[in-house]
Amino acid sequence: MSGHVHEHIDSTKTYVVVLLALLVATVVTTLVAFVDLGNFSVVVALLIAVCKMMLVALFFMHVRYSTRLTKLVLIGGLLWLAILLLLTLTDFATRGWLNTAGK
Amino acid sequence: MNTAAVQERTNYLNESYGLKSWLLTKDHKRIAVLYFITISVFFAMGGVFASLIRTELLTPPGDLVSSETYNKLFTMHGVIMVFFFLIPSVPATMGNFFLPIMIGARDLAFPRINLLSWYLLIVGGALAIFAMVAGGVDTGWTFYTPYSTTYSNSYVIATALGIFVAGFSSILTGLNFIVTVHRMRAPGMTWFRMPLFVWANYATGVIQVLGTPVIAVTLVLVFCERVFHIGIFDPALGGDPVLFQHLFWFYSHPAVYIMVLPAMGVISELVSTFSRKPVFGYGFVAFSSMAIAVIGFLVWGHHLFVSGQSLYAGLVFSFLSYFVAIPSAIKVFNWTATLYKGSISYATPMLYAFGFIGLFTIGGLTGLFVASLGMDVHVTDTYFVIAHFHYVMVGGTIMAYLGGVHYWWPKMTGRMYPEGWAKLSALIVFIGFNLTFFPQFILGYLGMPRRYHAYPDEFQVLHVLSTAGASVLAVGYLMPAIYLFWSLRYGEVAGANPWGAPGLEWQTASPPPTHNFDKIPVVTQEAYDFSKVAGEVIEVG
Repeated sequence: MSGHVHEHIDSTKTYVVVLLALLVATVVTTLVAFVDLGNFSVVVALLIAVCKMMLVALFFMHVRYSTRLTKLVLIGGLLWLAILLLLTLTDFATRGWLNTAGK
Repeated sequence: MNTAAVQERTNYLNESYGLKSWLLTKDHKRIAVLYFITISVFFAMGGVFASLIRTELLTPPGDLVSSETYNKLFTMHGVIMVFFFLIPSVPATMGNFFLPIMIGARDLAFPRINLLSWYLLIVGGALAIFAMVAGGVDTGWTFYTPYSTTYSNSYVIATALGIFVAGFSSILTGLNFIVTVHRMRAPGMTWFRMPLFVWANYATGVIQVLGTPVIAVTLVLVFCERVFHIGIFDPALGGDPVLFQHLFWFYSHPAVYIMVLPAMGVISELVSTFSRKPVFGYGFVAFSSMAIAVIGFLVWGHHLFVSGQSLYAGLVFSFLSYFVAIPSAIKVFNWTATLYKGSISYATPMLYAFGFIGLFTIGGLTGLFVASLGMDVHVTDTYFVIAHFHYVMVGGTIMAYLGGVHYWWPKMTGRMYPEGWAKLSALIVFIGFNLTFFPQFILGYLGMPRRYHAYPDEFQVLHVLSTAGASVLAVGYLMPAIYLFWSLRYGEVAGANPWGAPGLEWQTASPPPTHNFDKIPVVTQEAYDFSKVAGEVIEVG
């Protein structure tokens, strides 16, 4: 149970590896920004950002070793973000469907 | 006077004295009292703005204030009432006070964070008041772009910052409630023995935690565009103004449920206590709160039907909006079924509960009108919409708020309010409310747009009726302010359980001791079990 979870559950080595991964991802994000991928520039940047967020949540914030309820909270947050994005896209993705300006 | 009985026992009010003991308190009950005082001040301010709006609308020409001033009046009325009164209204006061007691806990899970959330509301409120005093804000409480980011010369940033800070107050309150319900329930207090008021506040906490960050981010984006000209919402900078509306309403529609869900929780308590029956279909009412919390996040696009949103998105949001009516209807039907063959008494809180059920039903059903694509094109931005959401927020939330305040007043203060005056004021509020807002449905349907301070002559009769109603309503609101204050000193001393209600909050003294219970209760019965309630006062501890 959560009462027995302590901060030293991960070795220092793990933390250093995660930190390096985050730094590398930051460098990659910067480098990709100089490559013209068209609309995919944003997609790639966000994908890298999501990976970084997951690393921070899972390791630095200890979600990996937390209770199922804590994981549910994380998943709930991501689900709600998905709701925000998907339902907003029902507008932005369908605007050109009718041959009427703005519809 | 029987003051000695109240004074003798140590309770949360007389345990310590002095301003410091209040401003640094970690007792959820004292923090609730701080909230009561704070939001009462905000309610009075919002009420003054409303009075000025209604006075201006007494005559067709814009003669009392200039159009610029009028824009600021309705904006500040909306900002104050929504963000600084309605959002904290029931949860921060009665939720704070009673949620821990109702589940048999000594306090909320995070007492210091609870105090912090009150200070955040104060800081946020101070920023909003600064914006008002410095010159006001004129964007409407919705801050629609590109007006708010590009054109308005008023204090948009200060107001937005105030709302941003107050938002964190709301998030922390919600978080505190969620953790408290998960971790602090007394032995035997299973999830399905919790009073429905607790369920409602739990569901509200979920919305607060999941929704409020989005409005915070949105306001930061407004700030970035206004100050740094980063193109997010302004088409001239490559942005999209409709995106603002999506982000704004992703929070602000669920915010309606932040306002009304705890109010529904209050009504469940009132209907049960004054019918002396368990709430009909407990599980359905509990889950309908959770359903509202979830479905409430899927409907925001119905605010954008005529904003240039794609027609297909409109269809999706219209369809989903009908869905949220189902859990709301479940509650109304179940409260009504609870009354059936109940032993109904018409004490003041029950009068407010009846008012709530009727007015919320009208507010909810007219919500279906405006959720319909075709109908909404006709009534968008008219007084029909104004009337609709005031039926939900004022006819719903404030009726329940006042009902709850009367219901729990003896518990919070140890004194009874004067029943005769209270009944009279409940009646006046009901009449004043309907006289104010029912004509607005007709006005809106006839084409009177919102946010105008001048109008054609043919609308005057209905506007005069509405303003007359607002005056009656003001009397109805001032009366409790006076007699409740009076009752603090002169009211009849209340016993622990003046209503003969079964909830845990009635099993402890009035007012409760600092740690709520002398001994943590062990719960062995379902919620609303009247079979074990003695008709008389139950003295515990």
